[in-house]
Amino acid sequence: MIYVHRAIQDIKRNRFLHAVTIITITLSILIVSVFGLFWINVNSLMDTWKQGIRIIVYLRDNTSENEAKAAKNRIMEINGIQEVVFIPKNDALNRLKKQMSRQASLFENLRENPLPDAFDVRLELSAQEWKTIETIASKLSSLPSVASVEYGQKWLGRFMSIFNLFRLTGLAMCCVFFMASVFIVANTIRLLFYSRHEEFDIMRLVGATDSFIKTPFYIIGLIQGAIGGGVGVLILYILYTAIVSNVEQGFASYNFSIRFLSFKASMLIILCSMSAGWLGCYLSFKQYLDK
Amino acid sequence: MTANSSENTIIRMFHVYKRYGAYAAISDVTLDITKNEFLLVSGPSGAGKSTLLKLLYFGEPVSEGQILVDGMNTSRISRKGIPFLRRMFGIIFQDYKLIPTKTVFENVALVLEVAGNKRSYINKKVNSVLRTVGIENKMNSYPPSLSGGEQQRVAVARAVVGDPKIILADEPTGSLDSESANVIMNLLKGFHIRGATVIVATHDKELIRNTNGRVIYLREGHLQHPSSTSPAMTL
Repeated sequence: MIYVHRAIQDIKRNRFLHAVTIITITLSILIVSVFGLFWINVNSLMDTWKQGIRIIVYLRDNTSENEAKAAKNRIMEINGIQEVVFIPKNDALNRLKKQMSRQASLFENLRENPLPDAFDVRLELSAQEWKTIETIASKLSSLPSVASVEYGQKWLGRFMSIFNLFRLTGLAMCCVFFMASVFIVANTIRLLFYSRHEEFDIMRLVGATDSFIKTPFYIIGLIQGAIGGGVGVLILYILYTAIVSNVEQGFASYNFSIRFLSFKASMLIILCSMSAGWLGCYLSFKQYLDK
Repeated sequence: MTANSSENTIIRMFHVYKRYGAYAAISDVTLDITKNEFLLVSGPSGAGKSTLLKLLYFGEPVSEGQILVDGMNTSRISRKGIPFLRRMFGIIFQDYKLIPTKTVFENVALVLEVAGNKRSYINKKVNSVLRTVGIENKMNSYPPSLSGGEQQRVAVARAVVGDPKIILADEPTGSLDSESANVIMNLLKGFHIRGATVIVATHDKELIRNTNGRVIYLREGHLQHPSSTSPAMTL
Protein backbone atom coordinates (compact mmCIF):
# COMPACT_ATOMS: atom_id res chain seq x y z
CA MET A 1 0.00 0.00 0.00
CA ILE A 2 2.87 2.34 0.80
CA TYR A 3 4.09 1.98 -2.79
CA VAL A 4 0.67 2.88 -4.21
CA HIS A 5 0.51 5.86 -1.84
CA ARG A 6 3.94 7.05 -2.97
CA ALA A 7 3.01 6.53 -6.65
CA ILE A 8 -0.18 8.59 -6.26
CA GLN A 9 1.72 11.31 -4.39
CA ASP A 10 4.22 11.43 -7.23
CA ILE A 11 1.49 11.71 -9.84
CA LYS A 12 -0.07 14.61 -7.88
CA ARG A 13 3.31 16.30 -7.55
CA ASN A 14 4.10 16.04 -11.28
CA ARG A 15 0.58 16.48 -12.67
CA PHE A 16 1.54 18.12 -15.94
CA LEU A 17 4.16 15.55 -16.93
CA HIS A 18 1.85 12.66 -16.09
CA ALA A 19 -1.11 14.31 -17.86
CA VAL A 20 0.89 14.68 -21.08
CA THR A 21 1.93 11.03 -20.89
CA ILE A 22 -1.62 9.85 -20.24
CA ILE A 23 -2.99 11.96 -23.12
CA THR A 24 -0.41 10.47 -25.48
CA ILE A 25 -1.24 6.94 -24.36
CA THR A 26 -4.96 7.74 -24.75
CA LEU A 27 -4.44 8.87 -28.35
CA SER A 28 -2.35 5.81 -29.17
CA ILE A 29 -4.95 3.50 -27.64
CA LEU A 30 -7.76 5.35 -29.43
CA ILE A 31 -6.10 4.85 -32.82
CA VAL A 32 -5.37 1.19 -32.09
CA SER A 33 -8.94 0.67 -30.86
CA VAL A 34 -10.39 2.25 -34.00
CA PHE A 35 -8.47 -0.33 -36.01
CA GLY A 36 -9.67 -3.06 -33.67
CA LEU A 37 -13.28 -1.94 -33.96
CA PHE A 38 -13.08 -1.73 -37.74
CA TRP A 39 -11.44 -5.15 -37.96
CA ILE A 40 -14.02 -6.83 -35.74
CA ASN A 41 -16.92 -5.35 -37.72
CA VAL A 42 -15.46 -6.08 -41.14
CA ASN A 43 -14.85 -9.66 -40.00
CA SER A 44 -18.43 -9.90 -38.87
CA LEU A 45 -19.65 -8.40 -42.16
CA MET A 46 -17.59 -10.94 -44.09
CA ASP A 47 -19.17 -13.73 -42.07
CA THR A 48 -22.63 -12.38 -42.90
CA TRP A 49 -21.77 -12.29 -46.59
CA LYS A 50 -20.23 -15.74 -46.54
CA GLN A 51 -23.43 -17.18 -45.09
CA GLY A 52 -25.24 -16.05 -48.26
CA ILE A 53 -22.69 -17.47 -50.65
CA ARG A 54 -23.99 -19.75 -53.39
CA ILE A 55 -22.04 -21.29 -56.19
CA ILE A 56 -23.55 -21.23 -59.67
CA VAL A 57 -22.25 -24.02 -61.89
CA TYR A 58 -22.77 -23.33 -65.62
CA LEU A 59 -22.94 -26.39 -67.88
CA ARG A 60 -21.50 -26.68 -71.35
CA ASP A 61 -23.78 -26.13 -74.36
CA ASN A 62 -25.49 -29.26 -75.61
CA THR A 63 -25.17 -31.04 -72.28
CA SER A 64 -27.70 -33.84 -72.36
CA GLU A 65 -30.22 -34.49 -69.62
CA ASN A 66 -28.36 -37.65 -68.58
CA GLU A 67 -25.05 -35.81 -68.44
CA ALA A 68 -26.69 -33.11 -66.29
CA LYS A 69 -28.05 -35.77 -63.92
CA ALA A 70 -24.64 -37.41 -63.70
CA ALA A 71 -23.07 -34.02 -62.99
CA LYS A 72 -25.62 -33.38 -60.24
CA ASN A 73 -24.80 -36.74 -58.63
CA ARG A 74 -21.08 -35.98 -58.80
CA ILE A 75 -21.71 -32.56 -57.21
CA MET A 76 -23.74 -34.08 -54.38
CA GLU A 77 -20.83 -36.39 -53.60
CA ILE A 78 -18.55 -33.43 -52.82
CA ASN A 79 -18.15 -32.74 -49.09
CA GLY A 80 -19.79 -29.57 -47.84
CA ILE A 81 -22.62 -29.44 -50.39
CA GLN A 82 -26.02 -28.92 -48.81
CA GLU A 83 -28.35 -28.63 -51.81
CA VAL A 84 -28.12 -28.65 -55.60
CA VAL A 85 -30.93 -27.13 -57.66
CA PHE A 86 -31.00 -27.48 -61.44
CA ILE A 87 -31.87 -24.26 -63.31
CA PRO A 88 -32.80 -24.94 -66.94
CA LYS A 89 -31.62 -22.25 -69.30
CA ASN A 90 -35.20 -21.23 -70.19
CA ASP A 91 -36.00 -20.64 -66.51
CA ALA A 92 -32.81 -18.64 -66.18
CA LEU A 93 -33.79 -16.44 -69.14
CA ASN A 94 -37.29 -15.88 -67.73
CA ARG A 95 -35.78 -14.87 -64.35
CA LEU A 96 -33.44 -12.48 -66.13
CA LYS A 97 -36.29 -10.94 -68.07
CA LYS A 98 -38.22 -10.43 -64.85
CA GLN A 99 -35.25 -8.82 -63.13
CA MET A 100 -34.66 -6.58 -66.15
CA SER A 101 -38.30 -5.83 -66.96
CA ARG A 102 -37.51 -2.13 -67.39
CA GLN A 103 -34.97 -2.96 -70.09
CA ALA A 104 -37.29 -5.41 -71.91
CA SER A 105 -36.25 -4.00 -75.30
CA LEU A 106 -32.87 -5.65 -74.88
CA PHE A 107 -34.48 -9.06 -75.21
CA GLU A 108 -36.70 -8.25 -78.23
CA ASN A 109 -34.15 -9.16 -80.89
CA LEU A 110 -32.87 -12.21 -79.08
CA ARG A 111 -33.19 -15.18 -81.50
CA GLU A 112 -31.93 -17.89 -79.21
CA ASN A 113 -31.37 -18.27 -75.48
CA PRO A 114 -27.72 -17.29 -74.76
CA LEU A 115 -27.82 -18.62 -71.22
CA PRO A 116 -26.55 -22.11 -70.34
CA ASP A 117 -28.18 -24.67 -68.08
CA ALA A 118 -26.88 -24.29 -64.53
CA PHE A 119 -26.88 -25.66 -61.00
CA ASP A 120 -27.50 -23.48 -57.98
CA VAL A 121 -25.24 -25.05 -55.32
CA ARG A 122 -25.78 -24.19 -51.64
CA LEU A 123 -23.12 -24.97 -49.07
CA GLU A 124 -23.33 -26.35 -45.58
CA LEU A 125 -22.51 -23.91 -42.76
CA SER A 126 -19.26 -25.71 -41.97
CA ALA A 127 -18.11 -25.26 -45.58
CA GLN A 128 -18.48 -21.49 -45.60
CA GLU A 129 -14.84 -20.78 -44.91
CA TRP A 130 -13.13 -18.94 -47.71
CA LYS A 131 -10.54 -21.68 -48.33
CA THR A 132 -13.23 -24.41 -48.41
CA ILE A 133 -15.34 -22.43 -50.86
CA GLU A 134 -12.34 -22.14 -53.17
CA THR A 135 -11.62 -25.88 -52.90
CA ILE A 136 -15.23 -26.83 -53.68
CA ALA A 137 -15.30 -24.39 -56.62
CA SER A 138 -12.13 -25.91 -58.00
CA LYS A 139 -13.61 -29.44 -57.72
CA LEU A 140 -16.77 -28.27 -59.49
CA SER A 141 -14.73 -26.69 -62.31
CA SER A 142 -12.98 -29.97 -62.99
CA LEU A 143 -16.23 -31.88 -63.67
CA PRO A 144 -16.54 -32.85 -67.38
CA SER A 145 -19.86 -31.14 -68.16
CA VAL A 146 -19.06 -27.93 -66.34
CA ALA A 147 -18.22 -24.87 -68.42
CA SER A 148 -17.59 -22.40 -65.61
CA VAL A 149 -18.22 -21.73 -61.94
CA GLU A 150 -19.32 -18.41 -60.50
CA TYR A 151 -19.30 -17.49 -56.81
CA GLY A 152 -18.42 -13.83 -56.83
CA GLN A 153 -14.80 -14.82 -56.60
CA LYS A 154 -13.45 -11.74 -58.32
CA TRP A 155 -14.89 -9.05 -56.09
CA LEU A 156 -14.79 -11.19 -52.95
CA GLY A 157 -11.17 -12.13 -53.64
CA ARG A 158 -10.28 -8.50 -54.21
CA PHE A 159 -12.09 -7.48 -51.07
CA MET A 160 -10.32 -10.22 -49.12
CA SER A 161 -6.90 -9.06 -50.29
CA ILE A 162 -7.72 -5.43 -49.42
CA PHE A 163 -9.03 -6.60 -46.07
CA ASN A 164 -5.89 -8.65 -45.41
CA LEU A 165 -3.73 -5.70 -46.37
CA PHE A 166 -5.74 -3.52 -44.03
CA ARG A 167 -5.38 -6.08 -41.27
CA LEU A 168 -1.61 -6.18 -41.72
CA THR A 169 -1.48 -2.38 -41.74
CA GLY A 170 -3.62 -2.37 -38.61
CA LEU A 171 -1.32 -4.82 -36.87
CA ALA A 172 1.73 -2.79 -37.88
CA MET A 173 0.04 0.38 -36.60
CA CYS A 174 -0.83 -1.37 -33.33
CA CYS A 175 2.85 -2.31 -32.90
CA VAL A 176 3.98 1.23 -33.74
CA PHE A 177 1.57 2.85 -31.29
CA PHE A 178 2.34 0.26 -28.60
CA MET A 179 6.03 1.04 -28.98
CA ALA A 180 5.25 4.78 -28.99
CA SER A 181 3.40 4.37 -25.67
CA VAL A 182 6.27 2.34 -24.24
CA PHE A 183 8.77 4.97 -25.36
CA ILE A 184 6.76 7.85 -23.92
CA VAL A 185 6.31 6.16 -20.55
CA ALA A 186 10.01 5.25 -20.52
CA ASN A 187 10.89 8.87 -21.20
CA THR A 188 8.59 10.17 -18.46
CA ILE A 189 10.02 7.77 -15.92
CA ARG A 190 13.55 8.69 -16.95
CA LEU A 191 12.81 12.40 -16.57
CA LEU A 192 11.23 11.81 -13.17
CA PHE A 193 14.13 9.67 -12.04
CA TYR A 194 16.78 12.12 -13.17
CA SER A 195 14.96 15.08 -11.63
CA ARG A 196 14.87 13.25 -8.29
CA HIS A 197 18.17 11.40 -8.30
CA GLU A 198 19.39 13.25 -5.19
CA GLU A 199 16.29 12.13 -3.33
CA PHE A 200 16.95 8.53 -4.36
CA ASP A 201 20.61 8.81 -3.32
CA ILE A 202 19.43 9.89 0.13
CA MET A 203 16.95 7.01 0.21
CA ARG A 204 19.76 4.59 -0.58
CA LEU A 205 21.85 6.08 2.23
CA VAL A 206 19.11 5.35 4.76
CA GLY A 207 18.87 1.75 3.58
CA ALA A 208 16.31 1.79 0.78
CA THR A 209 16.49 -1.19 -1.54
CA ASP A 210 16.28 -0.76 -5.32
CA SER A 211 12.80 -2.26 -5.30
CA PHE A 212 11.66 0.26 -2.66
CA ILE A 213 12.73 3.06 -4.99
CA LYS A 214 11.57 1.51 -8.26
CA THR A 215 8.25 -0.10 -7.34
CA PRO A 216 6.31 3.21 -7.20
CA PHE A 217 7.54 3.96 -10.72
CA TYR A 218 6.21 0.62 -11.96
CA ILE A 219 2.90 1.45 -10.29
CA ILE A 220 2.95 4.87 -11.99
CA GLY A 221 3.52 3.12 -15.35
CA LEU A 222 0.58 0.80 -14.69
CA ILE A 223 -1.67 3.68 -13.56
CA GLN A 224 -0.74 5.74 -16.63
CA GLY A 225 -1.47 2.73 -18.85
CA ALA A 226 -4.77 1.98 -17.13
CA ILE A 227 -6.03 5.58 -17.28
CA GLY A 228 -4.76 6.09 -20.84
CA GLY A 229 -6.30 2.79 -22.00
CA GLY A 230 -9.57 3.35 -20.14
CA VAL A 231 -10.03 6.89 -21.42
CA GLY A 232 -9.09 5.75 -24.96
CA VAL A 233 -11.76 3.04 -24.95
CA LEU A 234 -14.29 5.44 -23.39
CA ILE A 235 -13.70 8.07 -26.09
CA LEU A 236 -14.03 5.35 -28.72
CA TYR A 237 -17.38 4.32 -27.19
CA ILE A 238 -18.63 7.93 -27.25
CA LEU A 239 -17.56 8.28 -30.90
CA TYR A 240 -19.16 4.91 -31.68
CA THR A 241 -22.55 5.83 -30.20
CA ALA A 242 -22.43 9.23 -31.93
CA ILE A 243 -21.62 7.81 -35.37
CA VAL A 244 -23.26 4.40 -35.40
CA SER A 245 -26.87 5.60 -35.50
CA ASN A 246 -26.19 7.40 -38.79
CA VAL A 247 -24.12 4.68 -40.42
CA GLU A 248 -26.10 1.66 -39.31
CA GLN A 249 -29.15 2.46 -41.48
CA GLY A 250 -27.01 1.78 -44.55
CA PHE A 251 -26.32 -1.75 -43.34
CA ALA A 252 -29.88 -2.60 -42.46
CA SER A 253 -30.50 -4.36 -45.81
CA TYR A 254 -27.48 -6.64 -45.17
CA ASN A 255 -28.95 -7.95 -41.93
CA PHE A 256 -25.83 -6.61 -40.21
CA SER A 257 -25.37 -4.29 -37.25
CA ILE A 258 -22.17 -2.50 -36.20
CA ARG A 259 -20.90 -3.85 -32.89
CA PHE A 260 -18.72 -2.19 -30.26
CA LEU A 261 -15.73 -3.99 -28.79
CA SER A 262 -16.71 -6.78 -26.43
CA PHE A 263 -16.02 -6.37 -22.71
CA LYS A 264 -13.16 -8.87 -23.05
CA ALA A 265 -11.63 -6.97 -25.98
CA SER A 266 -11.93 -3.66 -24.08
CA MET A 267 -10.25 -5.19 -21.04
CA LEU A 268 -7.55 -6.66 -23.28
CA ILE A 269 -6.83 -3.21 -24.73
CA ILE A 270 -6.59 -1.69 -21.24
CA LEU A 271 -4.34 -4.57 -20.13
CA CYS A 272 -2.11 -4.01 -23.19
CA SER A 273 -1.98 -0.33 -22.32
CA MET A 274 -0.99 -1.17 -18.74
CA SER A 275 1.66 -3.56 -19.97
CA ALA A 276 3.00 -0.76 -22.20
CA GLY A 277 3.27 1.40 -19.07
CA TRP A 278 5.04 -1.33 -17.16
CA LEU A 279 7.34 -2.14 -20.06
CA GLY A 280 8.22 1.54 -20.53
CA CYS A 281 9.21 1.71 -16.91
CA TYR A 282 11.19 -1.53 -17.10
CA LEU A 283 13.09 -0.42 -20.21
CA SER A 284 13.80 2.96 -18.67
CA PHE A 285 15.42 1.35 -15.64
CA LYS A 286 17.19 -1.24 -17.78
CA GLN A 287 18.55 1.15 -20.37
CA TYR A 288 19.49 4.19 -18.33
CA LEU A 289 19.27 3.67 -14.63
CA ASP A 290 20.64 0.24 -13.79
CA LYS A 291 24.00 0.97 -15.38
CA MET B 1 43.80 -9.05 21.15
CA THR B 2 41.83 -11.00 23.76
CA ALA B 3 38.66 -12.96 23.01
CA ASN B 4 36.71 -10.56 25.18
CA SER B 5 37.91 -7.48 23.30
CA SER B 6 37.14 -9.23 19.97
CA GLU B 7 33.56 -9.88 21.08
CA ASN B 8 33.28 -6.27 22.12
CA THR B 9 34.44 -4.91 18.76
CA ILE B 10 31.71 -3.64 16.45
CA ILE B 11 33.94 -2.43 13.60
CA ARG B 12 37.32 -3.83 12.54
CA MET B 13 39.38 -2.42 9.70
CA PHE B 14 42.34 -4.46 8.40
CA HIS B 15 44.95 -2.69 6.28
CA VAL B 16 42.29 -0.75 4.43
CA TYR B 17 43.16 1.28 1.35
CA LYS B 18 40.99 3.54 -0.77
CA ARG B 19 42.51 4.75 -3.99
CA TYR B 20 41.18 7.09 -6.68
CA GLY B 21 43.52 6.31 -9.54
CA ALA B 22 47.04 6.92 -8.28
CA TYR B 23 45.82 8.99 -5.32
CA ALA B 24 45.33 7.12 -2.04
CA ALA B 25 42.63 8.77 0.11
CA ILE B 26 43.05 6.08 2.79
CA SER B 27 46.31 4.19 3.24
CA ASP B 28 46.80 1.06 5.31
CA VAL B 29 44.32 1.89 8.05
CA THR B 30 43.89 -0.79 10.70
CA LEU B 31 41.43 0.10 13.42
CA ASP B 32 39.11 -1.50 15.97
CA ILE B 33 36.07 0.33 17.27
CA THR B 34 34.36 -1.16 20.31
CA LYS B 35 30.66 -1.29 21.04
CA ASN B 36 29.24 1.85 22.65
CA GLU B 37 32.44 3.76 21.94
CA PHE B 38 32.41 7.50 21.18
CA LEU B 39 35.10 7.91 18.52
CA LEU B 40 36.25 11.20 17.09
CA VAL B 41 38.03 11.03 13.73
CA SER B 42 40.11 14.11 13.42
CA GLY B 43 42.55 15.60 10.95
CA PRO B 44 42.87 18.48 8.51
CA SER B 45 40.68 18.91 5.42
CA GLY B 46 41.50 16.27 2.81
CA ALA B 47 42.99 13.90 5.40
CA GLY B 48 40.45 11.19 4.51
CA LYS B 49 37.97 11.51 7.40
CA SER B 50 34.84 11.53 5.19
CA THR B 51 36.26 8.76 3.02
CA LEU B 52 36.82 6.62 6.10
CA LEU B 53 33.15 7.01 7.08
CA LYS B 54 32.03 6.32 3.50
CA LEU B 55 33.93 3.06 3.54
CA LEU B 56 32.11 2.04 6.70
CA TYR B 57 28.59 2.58 5.36
CA PHE B 58 29.53 1.35 1.88
CA GLY B 59 29.23 4.74 0.27
CA GLU B 60 32.43 3.70 -1.50
CA PRO B 61 33.93 0.23 -1.94
CA VAL B 62 37.36 -0.40 -0.41
CA SER B 63 40.27 -0.76 -2.85
CA GLU B 64 42.19 -3.15 -0.62
CA GLY B 65 41.86 -4.62 2.85
CA GLN B 66 38.82 -5.72 4.79
CA ILE B 67 36.19 -4.16 7.00
CA LEU B 68 34.08 -6.15 9.46
CA VAL B 69 30.90 -4.48 10.72
CA ASP B 70 29.24 -6.36 13.58
CA GLY B 71 30.93 -9.53 12.33
CA MET B 72 29.94 -9.02 8.67
CA ASN B 73 32.72 -8.75 6.13
CA THR B 74 31.61 -5.83 3.97
CA SER B 75 33.75 -6.92 1.02
CA ARG B 76 31.66 -10.10 0.77
CA ILE B 77 28.31 -8.33 0.77
CA SER B 78 26.42 -8.44 -2.52
CA ARG B 79 24.92 -5.30 -4.06
CA LYS B 80 21.50 -6.38 -2.80
CA GLY B 81 22.86 -6.72 0.73
CA ILE B 82 24.17 -3.15 0.95
CA PRO B 83 20.81 -1.55 1.98
CA PHE B 84 20.55 -4.00 4.88
CA LEU B 85 24.10 -3.16 5.99
CA ARG B 86 23.26 0.55 5.86
CA ARG B 87 20.28 0.02 8.18
CA MET B 88 22.82 -0.72 10.93
CA PHE B 89 23.97 2.88 10.62
CA GLY B 90 22.43 6.23 11.30
CA ILE B 91 24.25 8.76 9.18
CA ILE B 92 24.48 12.54 9.71
CA PHE B 93 26.04 14.79 7.07
CA GLN B 94 27.40 18.31 7.20
CA ASP B 95 24.96 19.33 4.42
CA TYR B 96 22.07 17.48 6.18
CA LYS B 97 20.95 15.62 3.03
CA LEU B 98 17.26 16.04 3.74
CA ILE B 99 14.69 15.59 0.98
CA PRO B 100 13.36 19.11 0.34
CA THR B 101 9.99 17.96 -1.05
CA LYS B 102 9.17 15.90 2.03
CA THR B 103 8.08 17.28 5.38
CA VAL B 104 10.21 16.90 8.49
CA PHE B 105 7.98 14.03 9.59
CA GLU B 106 8.23 12.30 6.18
CA ASN B 107 12.02 12.68 6.10
CA VAL B 108 12.38 10.99 9.45
CA ALA B 109 9.68 8.38 8.75
CA LEU B 110 11.46 7.33 5.55
CA VAL B 111 14.00 5.26 7.51
CA LEU B 112 11.24 3.20 9.10
CA GLU B 113 9.25 2.92 5.84
CA VAL B 114 12.33 1.59 4.10
CA ALA B 115 12.68 -1.07 6.80
CA GLY B 116 9.03 -2.10 6.26
CA ASN B 117 7.61 -0.97 9.60
CA LYS B 118 3.87 -0.55 10.17
CA ARG B 119 2.29 2.88 9.87
CA SER B 120 1.10 2.95 13.50
CA TYR B 121 4.62 2.16 14.77
CA ILE B 122 6.13 4.75 12.40
CA ASN B 123 3.80 7.49 13.65
CA LYS B 124 4.51 6.70 17.29
CA LYS B 125 8.27 6.37 16.87
CA VAL B 126 8.78 9.45 14.67
CA ASN B 127 6.75 11.64 17.04
CA SER B 128 8.81 10.38 19.96
CA VAL B 129 12.17 11.04 18.24
CA LEU B 130 11.12 14.49 17.03
CA ARG B 131 10.22 15.30 20.66
CA THR B 132 13.64 14.06 21.80
CA VAL B 133 15.50 16.35 19.39
CA GLY B 134 13.10 19.18 20.20
CA ILE B 135 11.62 19.75 16.79
CA GLU B 136 8.14 18.22 17.10
CA ASN B 137 6.53 21.62 16.46
CA LYS B 138 8.09 21.70 12.97
CA MET B 139 7.05 18.22 11.88
CA ASN B 140 4.89 19.49 9.03
CA SER B 141 7.46 22.00 7.78
CA TYR B 142 9.64 21.44 4.77
CA PRO B 143 13.44 21.46 5.26
CA PRO B 144 14.14 24.59 3.17
CA SER B 145 11.99 26.62 5.60
CA LEU B 146 14.13 25.57 8.61
CA SER B 147 17.37 27.06 9.97
CA GLY B 148 20.65 25.12 9.67
CA GLY B 149 20.49 24.03 13.29
CA GLU B 150 16.90 22.82 12.90
CA GLN B 151 17.74 20.93 9.73
CA GLN B 152 20.64 19.21 11.47
CA ARG B 153 18.33 18.23 14.32
CA VAL B 154 16.02 16.65 11.74
CA ALA B 155 19.05 14.83 10.32
CA VAL B 156 19.91 13.58 13.82
CA ALA B 157 16.31 12.43 14.30
CA ARG B 158 16.48 10.58 11.00
CA ALA B 159 19.78 8.99 12.01
CA VAL B 160 18.50 7.64 15.32
CA VAL B 161 14.86 6.79 14.54
CA GLY B 162 15.74 3.28 13.36
CA ASP B 163 17.64 2.53 16.60
CA PRO B 164 20.90 1.91 14.72
CA LYS B 165 23.85 0.24 16.37
CA ILE B 166 26.24 2.80 14.96
CA ILE B 167 25.78 6.54 14.39
CA LEU B 168 28.15 8.10 11.85
CA ALA B 169 28.40 11.88 11.77
CA ASP B 170 30.45 13.58 9.08
CA GLU B 171 31.27 17.12 10.22
CA PRO B 172 27.84 17.39 11.88
CA THR B 173 28.52 20.87 13.27
CA GLY B 174 30.53 22.19 10.33
CA SER B 175 27.79 24.50 9.07
CA LEU B 176 26.35 25.48 12.45
CA ASP B 177 26.84 28.29 14.94
CA SER B 178 28.33 27.29 18.30
CA GLU B 179 24.94 27.17 20.09
CA SER B 180 23.41 24.84 17.48
CA ALA B 181 26.62 22.81 17.41
CA ASN B 182 26.35 22.26 21.16
CA VAL B 183 22.75 21.12 20.82
CA ILE B 184 23.74 18.57 18.15
CA MET B 185 26.73 17.29 20.12
CA ASN B 186 24.64 16.97 23.28
CA LEU B 187 22.10 14.95 21.32
CA LEU B 188 24.84 12.64 20.04
CA LYS B 189 26.23 12.25 23.56
CA GLY B 190 22.74 11.38 24.75
CA PHE B 191 22.36 8.63 22.16
CA HIS B 192 25.83 7.35 23.09
CA ILE B 193 24.78 7.11 26.73
CA ARG B 194 21.73 5.12 25.60
CA GLY B 195 24.01 2.52 24.04
CA ALA B 196 24.86 3.59 20.47
CA THR B 197 28.37 3.54 19.05
CA VAL B 198 29.03 7.08 17.79
CA ILE B 199 31.72 7.96 15.26
CA VAL B 200 32.16 11.64 14.50
CA ALA B 201 34.46 12.99 11.80
CA THR B 202 35.48 16.55 12.62
CA HIS B 203 38.36 19.00 12.42
CA ASP B 204 36.80 21.21 15.10
CA LYS B 205 39.36 21.34 17.95
CA GLU B 206 36.88 22.96 20.33
CA LEU B 207 34.40 20.16 19.77
CA ILE B 208 37.10 17.53 20.36
CA ARG B 209 38.20 19.22 23.58
CA ASN B 210 34.63 19.29 24.85
CA THR B 211 33.84 15.69 24.02
CA ASN B 212 34.80 12.75 26.13
CA GLY B 213 35.81 10.03 23.67
CA ARG B 214 38.70 8.36 21.88
CA VAL B 215 40.31 10.48 19.21
CA ILE B 216 42.07 9.14 16.15
CA TYR B 217 44.02 11.40 13.85
CA LEU B 218 44.27 11.04 10.09
CA ARG B 219 46.88 12.75 7.92
CA GLU B 220 46.99 12.23 4.15
CA GLY B 221 45.02 9.04 4.53
CA HIS B 222 47.33 7.53 7.16
CA LEU B 223 46.23 6.81 10.71
CA GLN B 224 48.57 8.57 13.16
CA HIS B 225 49.53 6.62 16.28
CA PRO B 226 48.95 6.53 19.08
CA SER B 227 45.27 7.38 19.39
CA SER B 228 44.31 8.92 22.68
CA THR B 229 41.36 9.95 24.72
CA SER B 230 40.11 13.51 24.47
CA PRO B 231 40.61 16.09 25.90
CA ALA B 232 44.22 14.97 26.64
CA MET B 233 44.89 14.70 22.91
CA THR B 234 47.00 17.57 21.71
CA LEU B 235 46.39 18.66 18.17
